[in-house]
Amino acid sequence: MSTPYQASNTGLFAPQRPRQPEAAKVAHAKPLQVPPKAEPLLTLQGVETHIGAYHILHGVDLVVPKGQLTMLLGRNGAGKTTTLRTIMGLWQASKGRITFNGQDVTHLHTPQIAGLNIAYVPENMGIFSDLTVKENMLLAARQASRASQMDEARLQWIFKLFPAVEKFWNHPAGKLSGGQKQMLAVSRAIVEPRELLIIDEPSKGLAPVMINNMIDAFQQLKASGVSILLVEQNISFAKRLGDTVAVMDNGRVVHAGSMAELATDENLQRDLLGLTL
Amino acid sequence: MNNLDWKPLALVPLLALAVLPLIGSTSIWVTLTVAGLAMGMIVFIIASGLTLVFGLMDVLNFGHGLFIALGAFVATSVLGAMGDWTNSDQWLMNLAAVFPAMLVAMGVAAAVGLAFERFIVRPVYGQHLKQILITMGGMIIGEELIKVIWGPQQIALPLPEAMRGSLYLGEAAVEKYRLLAVGVGAVVFALQLWVLSRTKIGLLIRAGVQDREMVESLGYRIRRLFVGVFVVGSALAGLGGVMWGLYQQNVVPQMGAQVNVLIFIVIIIGGLGSTGGALIGSLLVGLMANYTGFLAPKVALFSNIALMVAVLLWRPQGVYPVANR
Repeated sequence: MSTPYQASNTGLFAPQRPRQPEAAKVAHAKPLQVPPKAEPLLTLQGVETHIGAYHILHGVDLVVPKGQLTMLLGRNGAGKTTTLRTIMGLWQASKGRITFNGQDVTHLHTPQIAGLNIAYVPENMGIFSDLTVKENMLLAARQASRASQMDEARLQWIFKLFPAVEKFWNHPAGKLSGGQKQMLAVSRAIVEPRELLIIDEPSKGLAPVMINNMIDAFQQLKASGVSILLVEQNISFAKRLGDTVAVMDNGRVVHAGSMAELATDENLQRDLLGLTL
Repeated sequence: MNNLDWKPLALVPLLALAVLPLIGSTSIWVTLTVAGLAMGMIVFIIASGLTLVFGLMDVLNFGHGLFIALGAFVATSVLGAMGDWTNSDQWLMNLAAVFPAMLVAMGVAAAVGLAFERFIVRPVYGQHLKQILITMGGMIIGEELIKVIWGPQQIALPLPEAMRGSLYLGEAAVEKYRLLAVGVGAVVFALQLWVLSRTKIGLLIRAGVQDREMVESLGYRIRRLFVGVFVVGSALAGLGGVMWGLYQQNVVPQMGAQVNVLIFIVIIIGGLGSTGGALIGSLLVGLMANYTGFLAPKVALFSNIALMVAVLLWRPQGVYPVANR
């Protein structure tokens, strides 16, 4: 079935129905499904997060399997970004448990969590605009104190994935376009081998050709055995990349399962997302 | 560091050249300009640490003046005990007295800075109003402790023998100590520039000033970095206190609070968190204070505030605004 979203290929979630009734319907109509059987790398159990007086996450249950790409979908305000920030310790969980490789990381500080080989790319990309592209990369390469100490073979691989990073190597990162910044942000996340990449809306604001580059890059990363947790609003992007999917609404995961299953079940898509993929 | 915005750099020579016709005499202008640059460099030494402390952790430390006073008073004790060396007319003997005094002052200021961060600043991270109140309170307590140790009266801090007097450039008299101050300030700036642009610690500081959350997400403990910057900033304030005391040739327990006003004007002009901006701001403030002190002494106190207002009208976030703030 064709939808305006498919026709425009923008894939942006744009709820056309009132939000609350939809959320209530989803929460009751669709019990949480068991994710595919793979060894879990990251697990969230009943995670709740408060930001000031606001109760944002209401008991998130999520499993990111090893070696797979997990898409975290949901409407604006569903709690996706808060979930990522809570995983990274940027906001502390007020309840629940987060484990990574079996280790409880719920109350660890952000640098400790990053030190477990988890890379995070926030929605705003977190580029240091006053630093050059090279300096941005060097900061992410924790083992290197000089650019010459960065892993050359890995850099060449990154340059092949994202040629702009090499082209603008000595340029201030602040002068890059939005798409180039996004490529730099992802490059920075993979400049050293990581077990888990957590990326918030990598396709946001990108031209279609750049989205294709990004998809190629994630497919290569996935093939290299890296586990990835992606928040995404671009449906086409999610469909092409995701192995497993979790859909959030109202601060909870309301559906978890395989991406293929969600991509083929139009009723499920309508129930969960208010549109079809 | 790249694609440097040159406009703010032009402000210093523009200000200097603009007042030349008003002063009339080139020799007086040279004397005032060197005095202004010397004062500016001393102020820069003090302000550079404070601006990074603010940029890195959003901490408003109104107690920075304590380290200035502490450095100056420590210097009175060290130099007082080295009378034979300071009374010598040999430059080497004088320097051999002044440099240890600077090192001891920096060490004491750094140690007190470490305690100040731990017990006064750390409990109020992220709470600006409390930061202002408690750091001012800390400075007041520090001043009282200085009075207990050194007494409440003004203490003379005479220049060592060989550093007194002037050199003559044509008809212009340039005090030797002011040239030394310019030299020390230039060395401190060059060192800071090297650390900030050529070392990973410097990269982390620059990145942390822009987006400390992202630095933490990359796996670095920014609080440790902040403590390091706070301690180095305190040590630099101690060094600045020695230089300021020698510049004024006397010290009083309240000197830190007096200099604090200039420091805050400087870091606001420069852009909070910007080392390069602090240098431009310091030089402008030093030159302005000396020029107006000569041309219109009655408005000298107001002149730096007017300068700050003028700069903020041009660039509301200071001459070199730091990203993400």
